[in-house]
Amino acid sequence: MSKTLRTHIKKITEMKLFLPILSLLLVLIINVIKTPNFFNITITNGVFYGYIIDIINRSSELVILAVGMTLVVAASGGADISVGAVSAVSGAVIIFILGGGETSTDFYHAPYILGIAAAAFVGGLCGVWNGFLVAKMKIQPMVATLILFTAGRGIAQLITGGQILYLRVDHYKGLGGFIPGVPLPSPVFVAILVVALTYLLLKKTPIGLYIESVGINAKASRLVGLNPVFIQFLSYVYSGLCAGIAGLIITSRVYSIDANNAGLNMELDAILAVALGGNKLSGGKFSLIGSVIGAITIQTLTTTLYAMKVSADQLPVYKAIVVVIIVALQSVELKRMVQNLRAKFLTNTTKKEAV
Amino acid sequence: MKHVKIKMNNHTFLLIITVLLFIAMYMSGVLLFGDKNFGRIQVFFNLFISNAGLIVVATGMTMVLITAGIDISVGSVVAMTCMLLAWMMEHKSVNAISALIIVLIVGTAFGFVQGWLISYLNLQPFIITLAGMFFARGMTAIISIEMISIKNEMFLSWANAKFYLPFGGHENKRGDIIFPYIYPSVVLAIMVLVVVFILLKYTKFGRSIYAIGGNEQSALLMGLNVRRTKLLTYVINGFLAAFGGFLFALNTCAGFVEQAKGFEMEAIASAVIGGTLLTGGVGNVVGSLFGVLIKGTIESLINFQGTLSSWWTKITIGALLSFFIILQSLLAARKQRRRVV
Repeated sequence: MSKTLRTHIKKITEMKLFLPILSLLLVLIINVIKTPNFFNITITNGVFYGYIIDIINRSSELVILAVGMTLVVAASGGADISVGAVSAVSGAVIIFILGGGETSTDFYHAPYILGIAAAAFVGGLCGVWNGFLVAKMKIQPMVATLILFTAGRGIAQLITGGQILYLRVDHYKGLGGFIPGVPLPSPVFVAILVVALTYLLLKKTPIGLYIESVGINAKASRLVGLNPVFIQFLSYVYSGLCAGIAGLIITSRVYSIDANNAGLNMELDAILAVALGGNKLSGGKFSLIGSVIGAITIQTLTTTLYAMKVSADQLPVYKAIVVVIIVALQSVELKRMVQNLRAKFLTNTTKKEAV
Repeated sequence: MKHVKIKMNNHTFLLIITVLLFIAMYMSGVLLFGDKNFGRIQVFFNLFISNAGLIVVATGMTMVLITAGIDISVGSVVAMTCMLLAWMMEHKSVNAISALIIVLIVGTAFGFVQGWLISYLNLQPFIITLAGMFFARGMTAIISIEMISIKNEMFLSWANAKFYLPFGGHENKRGDIIFPYIYPSVVLAIMVLVVVFILLKYTKFGRSIYAIGGNEQSALLMGLNVRRTKLLTYVINGFLAAFGGFLFALNTCAGFVEQAKGFEMEAIASAVIGGTLLTGGVGNVVGSLFGVLIKGTIESLINFQGTLSSWWTKITIGALLSFFIILQSLLAARKQRRRVV
């Protein structure tokens, strides 16, 4: 009986999505204990309100960034740390184009669709640059993306002239808040759209398989006829695109762009989401859904910490600790150390028994 | 002829480019802004004065980069050091010397934890130090969200002590002769640089750092203790980050959360511009010094020009960094092709 139970438990713990779902449940349980009305959803003015809705709403950008980050990590075994800065750049470009470069304006100076196109274009362009450095020039991913990580905010400030630009148009706020007549916040739909499209792309075309094989062994993939340079390049462009879309949502939420703070620290959250999703940060096999669950977990954690009166500046401390724990748990060396310790302990006890 | 050929390899080539770039930039500054006294010795000294902390941090960074690692937590450690110093001296009335000793210990311990995770658990240096970067920045905010100015008399006397040069002075409007001066922080920074230079060049520890960066597997087979050496490198780097933070605090005399943001990028950029390879095994602290001086020159050029905004520094350094990284990558590719032939 106990043996079958043990095998059952082993089966469950070895499931791919075990870690992400467990950590999400853990955070949710803590929340329910602290705030019993956590799962309550109310309807006011025809839209849904509640903790859960808020968390899903606020995690939208992170989900989108985590999707791009998952592909980058899987294909190149390194993270794209420029995503936060890139979303600031694309946000700056959108507001600059739509607002005609004015500090505060209440009508569009250019068609809305142009703004969206600009967001995608700027994000994609940053992705092209990162992809070129990583895939073609063979520079370590995190060093290559370090360039845009810092220079990106400089560029965003250059575009905004170092000021906060406002775009007070109700239509523009729609994407960051509620579209009249729709009960759910609109960022959720954008996130679902991005996840669904990516999921289909990975499942219906062989690209997902290609990315995994390049991530596991680039040389071997080349020998079987894949083009690892192009596939890695593609993953960075995709991550850039995702960052561009995230920039659009971030700016829509606050109908303004602050080059210094838009998307700040989001790269760490995105990497954390990928790691929490049970993905190896060294590349290879990946689970997109895992990353999405990871992103929602992090947003839940963030909301929880805010509720516990932790200030935004202090938040990174807790997140950093979580990152280190997750990465350490993935470490082969740690497993070996624990095994050695256990072996030593066992031999010691047997020795004692012998005496 | 053969002798010259050996000496003129890719690495010295990179260093020479850096030195020439610095001289060219500085000279163009002297030519462009000569009327605004860019040519004064004091302007040159100011490069050192405003970057004393960065010189120390970049020195530590160079060591880490040579082992093929990276440490992006240094900027936050600098901020944490400044904040901790300010908080201890102003709010806990700890005297300046004990405060200094405590922050140096904290920095070293920080380096130890990161180094242990990286070398003994074999984790990616980037992820660990990224976490370290956020941890230290968050800790800074936990100590105090408000800015704390340092008013400790002893500390201020350290900060304001000046060493004058006996020559090269100029007359000011009232007719007094003002000699060029430097702060003690500069002397300390140069001392650190010299010590690390000797450490890297002439000690067993220094040589094993290069060996590990060149090829970890071979270093292990050679019988070097790879893990301990890497750990020690991160420990020294943590110490130097805290010491750099102390020098930084001597300049700013305050601690606040947003302090030294992007410092890690400047340190990495200085090392890379100075010819340190990010793939490890190659690097030189003298090159990193020139990297820092180039960054300082860009800043003072933008300052003297007057109309350009401060973010141009970030963008220019980003561009320079890209240039040198791509140059390195091209040189490495050429070397490999030659080996194949």
